[in-house]
This record gives sequence, C-alpha cells and structure tokens, in this order.
Amino acid sequence: MSKFEALAGNEAVATAMRQINPDIVAAYPITPQTSTVQKFADFVADGLVDTDFVTVESEHSAMSACVGASAAGARVMTATSANGLALMWEIVYIAASNRCPIAMSLVNRALSAPINIHCDHSDVMGIRDSGWIILFSENGQEAYDNLIQAIRIGEHPDVLLPVAVCQDGFITSHGMERVEIYDDDDVKDFVGKYRPQWSLLDLKNPKTYGPLDFYDYYYEHKRQQVEAMEHAQPVILEVAEEFNEKFNRNYGLFEPYRLEDAEVAVIVVNSTAGTAKVVVDQLRDGGLKVGLLKPRLFRPFPAKELAEALSHLKAVAVMDRSISFGAMDNAGPLFLELAAALALHGVQVPVADYVYGLGGRDILPGEIERVYRDALKMAETGQVEQMVTYLSVRE
Amino acid sequence: MATKLTPKELSKRPERLAPGHRLCAGCGATIIVRQILAAIDEPVVIANATGCLEVGTTIYPYTAWRVPWIHNAFENAASTISGVEAAYRSMVRQGKIPEQNVKFLAFAGDGGTYDIGIQALSGAVERGHQFLYICYDNGAYMNTGIQRSSATPFGAHTTTSPAGKVIPGKQQFHKDLTAIMAAHNIPYVAQAAPSQWRDLMKKTRKAVNCGGPAFMNVLSSCNRGWRHGTDETIEITQLAVDTCYWPLYEVEDGEWRLTYKPKKKKPVEEWLKRQGRFRHVFKPENRHMVDKLQAEVDRRWERLLKLCGEA
Repeated sequence: MSKFEALAGNEAVATAMRQINPDIVAAYPITPQTSTVQKFADFVADGLVDTDFVTVESEHSAMSACVGASAAGARVMTATSANGLALMWEIVYIAASNRCPIAMSLVNRALSAPINIHCDHSDVMGIRDSGWIILFSENGQEAYDNLIQAIRIGEHPDVLLPVAVCQDGFITSHGMERVEIYDDDDVKDFVGKYRPQWSLLDLKNPKTYGPLDFYDYYYEHKRQQVEAMEHAQPVILEVAEEFNEKFNRNYGLFEPYRLEDAEVAVIVVNSTAGTAKVVVDQLRDGGLKVGLLKPRLFRPFPAKELAEALSHLKAVAVMDRSISFGAMDNAGPLFLELAAALALHGVQVPVADYVYGLGGRDILPGEIERVYRDALKMAETGQVEQMVTYLSVRE
Repeated sequence: MATKLTPKELSKRPERLAPGHRLCAGCGATIIVRQILAAIDEPVVIANATGCLEVGTTIYPYTAWRVPWIHNAFENAASTISGVEAAYRSMVRQGKIPEQNVKFLAFAGDGGTYDIGIQALSGAVERGHQFLYICYDNGAYMNTGIQRSSATPFGAHTTTSPAGKVIPGKQQFHKDLTAIMAAHNIPYVAQAAPSQWRDLMKKTRKAVNCGGPAFMNVLSSCNRGWRHGTDETIEITQLAVDTCYWPLYEVEDGEWRLTYKPKKKKPVEEWLKRQGRFRHVFKPENRHMVDKLQAEVDRRWERLLKLCGEA
C-alpha cells in the first residue's frame, strides 16, 4: 500500500534512494542538494539500506568513484547541484562514454559567479551535450517518480547511459508537499535486480575499461552513444507505461496541460510549470484559449513529438531559466532547441523566448500571464515583436 | 603458501602484464609494475591514471593487461579504485558476489599523484579503502613531453623548467610526498626502487596485506626525460638510492624504518652526472646548484635517520 507523506523534494528523493537500495552512493554535500545526502546518511547509519555510502572529498571524486563502482557492476547513485556538477564535468562525460548507468538527483541551482545558491537551470544546461539522459520534475512527487524510473531506463541493456533527474533548488527541493510514497516492495519489484552484462570484478574474464582510443575507433564509439540515445526514447516510454500502470500515474515524454484546443501555449520545465498551470486556469476562466506543455524528457530531445504536439498552435512562448550566452539573440537553450524543432518539422508559428528566474528570482503568476498575453498578441498578428525577453530584470 | 621471492620461483608465475605493449625500452614503470604484480599471488583489480603506463598498454582494440583494469582520468585513480573497492565490499557483504581476497591497486605517475591527483589520493586513504596506491615517480610529466612536476628534482631541465640563460632549470626542491602520505597515519607507507627488487616486492606484500589503505612511492627512471641510455635504468636508479636522494624506507603503523642503508653514502653528484637533464648544473657558474641540492639531500637524510631511530 502506498501512503501519503508530507515531504520536501529532497526527502522524497532520499526516500526513493532508500527504496532503490543501490549498492553504492558516492556523493558530496552541496546546497541545495545537501538534505538529500544527509537523509540518506541517516538511512545508512540506521541500517535501512545495504548501500556503501562513499563520502568523497569532492564532487570530482564522487563521479570518479561512481564510474569505478558502476564498472565493477554495482548499482550506483549520486546527487549534486550547480558548482558540484561543474566540478564533476570531466567525469560526467566519462560516465556516459563508458556507458555507466549511474542515476543522479540534480537539484538545479545557479552556477557561479556571482555565487548564488538558488534555483536556475544553468547547471544542467552545461551537461546537455554530455551523453546523459535528462529528465525534469515539476515537484517532489515527480522527482521521486522520475528517480525510480531512472534506474530502469539507464540500466536497460539497449541504453546503458547515466540519467540525471532534475528538480528546482529550494523551490521544490525544500518545499514541503504531499508526496505519495509507494510500498517499499512495489518499488523494489519495479526497479528489479541489476544484472550487468560486464563487470570489472569478473576475475575469470578480465576486461580493460577506458583504454586509449584514437581516430581509428573513437568515432565509432561516439556513434554507439548516439545509438544508445536513439534507443533511450522508446525505453523511457516503455518504462513510463509500466510505471503508470503500476502506480497509477501518467508519465510520457512531456505533459500537455489544456493544450488540445489551445491557440497559444507556454513551454516551461520544472516548478514554474506548476505556477503556469494556475495562470492557464485563470486565463481559461476568462475565455482565453491558452495551454501549457511541460517537457519531461530533455535528453534525448523528442523534437518530432514536441513539434507534433504544438503543430495546431498559433503562437508559442518558451520560458528559459538559463541563458546560452552568445547564442542566437542570447536566447535560452530550451528555446533554441524547440524553435529549431518546430521550424524543421514544418510548424510555422511565431515563437518567442522569455528568460526568467535566474539565481532564484521569483517568477510570479502575473509575469507568466504577461507571457501569455504576448503570445496571444503574436497569434493575432502573426508577428514576433521581440524574440528574446528578459522577464522582470532591472535594465 | 606465497611464492618465494626468488628469480627461479617468480619466473614460473604467469606474467600479468603481457609483452608487446608500447612503453619505451628501459622504462622504469614497466619494470615496477611487473615486479609488483609478481609479488602478489592473489587476484588483483587495477585502476590506472592517465599517463605513459595507461597509453602505452591499452591502445584500443589492444590491451596488455591480463587482469581487470580500468582507466578513468588523470587525477582520479584513487577515487576510481575507491569506488571499485567499495562496490566489491558492498556486493560481497550483500552476498551478491563471492569473497575472493581481491587486492585493489592504483598506478599513477608523479604528475597524477603529487600534483593533480593529491586531493583524490588524500581523500581515498582517509576514507580507509583497502587498496594499494603506487606512484611511479619519474620526476616530470613525461607522457606529455617532460614538463616539470612537484616531484622534479631541484636543478633538473624540463620543457617547462628549461635550463635557460637566466634560469638554469627547476628552482624548487621536490615535494616529500611519501612523508605527506605517512602523515595520513594509514597502516602502510613505503618508498622503494626497482633496483632493489626484493625490497620492493616485500613491501608490496606488506602493503596489500596491511588491512587498510597503503601507499608506495617508487622511483621510476624515464630515460627520455632523465637523458641516459636505455640499458642504464637500474644502475642509475640505484645511484639515486646510494646517494640518499631516494632512500628506501617504510612507515608501518606509524613506525619509521630504513630498509636499506648504503654502506657509504655517495655524493649526489654521482647520480646527477649520469643524466643529461642535469648537464647544465656542472657548468662553473651553476656548480652552486649541486651544492645546494647536496645540502638538501643531507638535511632530509638526517631527518629520516632520526625518524627511523638511526641517528
């Protein structure tokens, strides 16, 4: 039997980690991820998990130990934020390239400088080309659900890739909410046992992991990573289907909200999608045909499916909680990729980008409403007045 | 019964590092690895930092390793092996895999150990993982073309501490990493050299059976960087030992002990003059550098004698 608990997002994540009961967790504390590893340390100290908690001296060593443990055939998890992820960066790539199915809770926080402990998505956007599968979560429930699914996705023999599950630092990581926690045995059944195809600890069949690889093979190995990414999307849907069935949820590649008959929509990930839903309801009450699309899967990027889901709209507004400095019009990464997806899949609608909430700046319903009103204007005129807008910034 | 440390018995053991690898003729690292692997009868799992040993033994799709081996990156051999070792202990404890008395080893050069990898090494030994970390110290970043490291001897010419018209080679003394590791109060720390192979092999056995983290710093000649003949490796390595530039000792549960005391301590000059990297220090205007290095070698040797209760 599942039960409802009042938990902060990080506690929900730590609970998922307890239920998954990985062989190894290697992690280093960093705000706002810290309460996850603290809670998990309690589980270890109280004997509630079989996990060896490797209390490394840095995030670089956290990811390094994860790679070693994963190569050794262990089920491995970690958690971090912002600068911690940046310090891991070299090994983040190696984890994906060595096809280590590590699951990571990534509590999104702004990258320095200036140093700032609050939410934005500059951390995860830095690893978007690293070969990790990336899932976004609106709230603690989704962070919990996504982390459980991440184990099955990453370890799937056709995939064998690491998975990062994002949630918004402080906003959901520390926000108390009502979370449905499933029965321990049900989660255990769902994640199953990890049966690695290869292991460094197979002493009878010694393997060499991580050799030097030059121009004669490196390219093919990169091509194999692409293949794994291609396999990932159907696997993510398969796992979601089984999860939805078992736990009565409704996960897919993205979540449409009042989108079917909408004329304009906002695209936004993580916690802001929750606020935007409220705005959608208010505007709908006023008779405006507005909707929302909340991407769940960011890597691999489901371009075709997103374009299809948005093809009936008259205007689209993307909200980005990070900037791709120096990119086209200094837009955000979500906009750049979505605009390309729409254009290349023949969806000719006006699209604009709204950068918001950097360094944890609050995003209020009124600001989101402004985005919708702009979108409605774009729908009416067919024109994009301003391609990139920085919401609520003092100029 | 452990294999006897005699050439006859050891030659019967299968080689764990296959011939055919691409390391240079006369490379100290290869000799050290073979001596260490021959000393261990138990199964081993190895993590290897980026460096000559890694690139010379594993160009895909070939490997010279007949034992499980992993390379992750440059600075993280210690944290990588700590993950492997923790995974092994965790899965053995849970009954997922059998206990097989596996010995976990990490190999890295001085660049990957003294410099970029010191944090990962310090952390891994502090956490108490049961592994032996071996630094093969050739005193520079040899793999990238002989750049200075904090292990490079005072005065040596490297490509980033060149013997120029104004600055004649490296201006700093080498870091005493072995003492730094001893300060971690781990069960076993040693300094060794392949020219005294039996000493190195005995230390290896102590290290892998000490029940905790162990560290060995092993002097490893690189004839490309040191500038000497490929057939002089062992002889020149022993000169480093006999001049007390590289004393052989161990620190077992906090007890310091010399494992070799030269009958007559040779002047450091005898080691220097055999290597092209020190050629410039013998010019009349640079002779004072030889004296300065000799004074530092003497100072460190006297300190070591005291620590070992020999003075």
